[in-house]
Amino acid sequence: MNDVWDGMVQAVWLILSFDADLYEIAARSLRVTGAALLIACLIALPLAAFLAVQRFRWRRGTIAILNAMMGLPPVVVGLIVYVLLSRSGPLGVLGLLFTPTAMIIAQVIIIVPLIASIAHQSLRELWAEYHDLLISMNATRLQRIMALLYDGRRALLTAALAGFGRGVGEVGAIMVVGGNIDHATRVMTTAIALETGKGNFALALGLGFVLIALSIAINLGIHALSRTETAGRW
Amino acid sequence: MVSALLPMRMAGGTVHRRGKRLIGPIDLEIAGQGVTAVIGPNGAGKSTLLKALHGLERLSAGSIHYNCPRAEALHRQAFVFQAPVMLRRSVIDNLAYPLRLTGTPRGAARDAASGWCTRIGLEGLEARAAAVLSGGEKQKLALARALITAPDLLFLDEPSASLDGRATREIEALLTLATAAGTRIVMATHDMGQARRLAREVIFLRGGTVHETAPAPEFFDAPKAGAARAFLAGDIVD
Repeated sequence: MNDVWDGMVQAVWLILSFDADLYEIAARSLRVTGAALLIACLIALPLAAFLAVQRFRWRRGTIAILNAMMGLPPVVVGLIVYVLLSRSGPLGVLGLLFTPTAMIIAQVIIIVPLIASIAHQSLRELWAEYHDLLISMNATRLQRIMALLYDGRRALLTAALAGFGRGVGEVGAIMVVGGNIDHATRVMTTAIALETGKGNFALALGLGFVLIALSIAINLGIHALSRTETAGRW
Repeated sequence: MVSALLPMRMAGGTVHRRGKRLIGPIDLEIAGQGVTAVIGPNGAGKSTLLKALHGLERLSAGSIHYNCPRAEALHRQAFVFQAPVMLRRSVIDNLAYPLRLTGTPRGAARDAASGWCTRIGLEGLEARAAAVLSGGEKQKLALARALITAPDLLFLDEPSASLDGRATREIEALLTLATAAGTRIVMATHDMGQARRLAREVIFLRGGTVHETAPAPEFFDAPKAGAARAFLAGDIVD
């Protein structure tokens, strides 16, 4: 219990003392996860809408695979990305291993299935509601997809936030492909793992509390900005 | 207004679902002007016929012919559902949406939508979410959204079902304006009073087939089909 209390004190102290290392790794965490989230949304949301409106032969199989991939073990994803980006790997020439870019790639692979699956669930229901109307209006396939993405934006925000949560708290994959290099690829989660390994439980807990606070603040901020709980408006 | 779409003809139109025949074979022609009321008992196939004519139900046999290419014909018609489907947007954005689909610039589409808001008595509610409107307001909005593109042909599936007298009167006023502007209307209805007030022609359906097609006054004064006579007399007709 003392460790938890000490961790809270550490967290407050790290924030109030403007600890340079803390702000650096927190900023890097947000940069890496933010970039991964943006790329993942650009892939996952249109994919979810396409799966909702389009009937094709392997649709059910594709959805089943997407759902199964939500449980991808991050450390395995990290290992695969590592092999691809390592000097002897097919993409080794790019020199991306142990860089934030490699971490972003790993996070995109992890969160795309999560965002796409959650988004597909809600867009499927919206499509059931809109199906006859949009066909009656002669909307093209692209217009149908755009209508679903626009009108389902609240649900899609939830999917994106779930992706953010998974990404910002991820440690296995980014440890493998990023290497937890100080001032280069160290982020909140890998720093917590490092401090725990060194036995600095109070500091590790402090970083953990800062990470949780950061995640909650971003979620609340996005909800407030998008006015998700405002009645009578879309 | 001379319609490029009409006359449209259904020849041997049949719809099956899960092995069961819902309607057909049906031969009919939609031409001229005014309102055609499609009436008949529950399960007669009124909604299915309207959806088949509009292209929402695939024909298992038969065909539909328009006076213009099919792609153009689909753009010249609209459909209003019994339970109005509202886009999860504001009132004005719902109204502007069909125009935006056809490439009308946003400003022009919103101007037109704003005019329709006033015409249907929803001025001041433009920014409100369409989903929170009352049933009558939603139905008026759905009708205005269908009329905003000035379709040649409008299908209405029970447009005033479960609406009160005032809302029904407002809907009928809009329909009268639409027919005066040249929109041909085909309307399924259970409301015989409404059919008498609005229809120029009546199609009586029973068991998925057309039992009688006649000018409205003739049909209501002296229906030829026995089932139609029984239906108008208030007897139970399956």
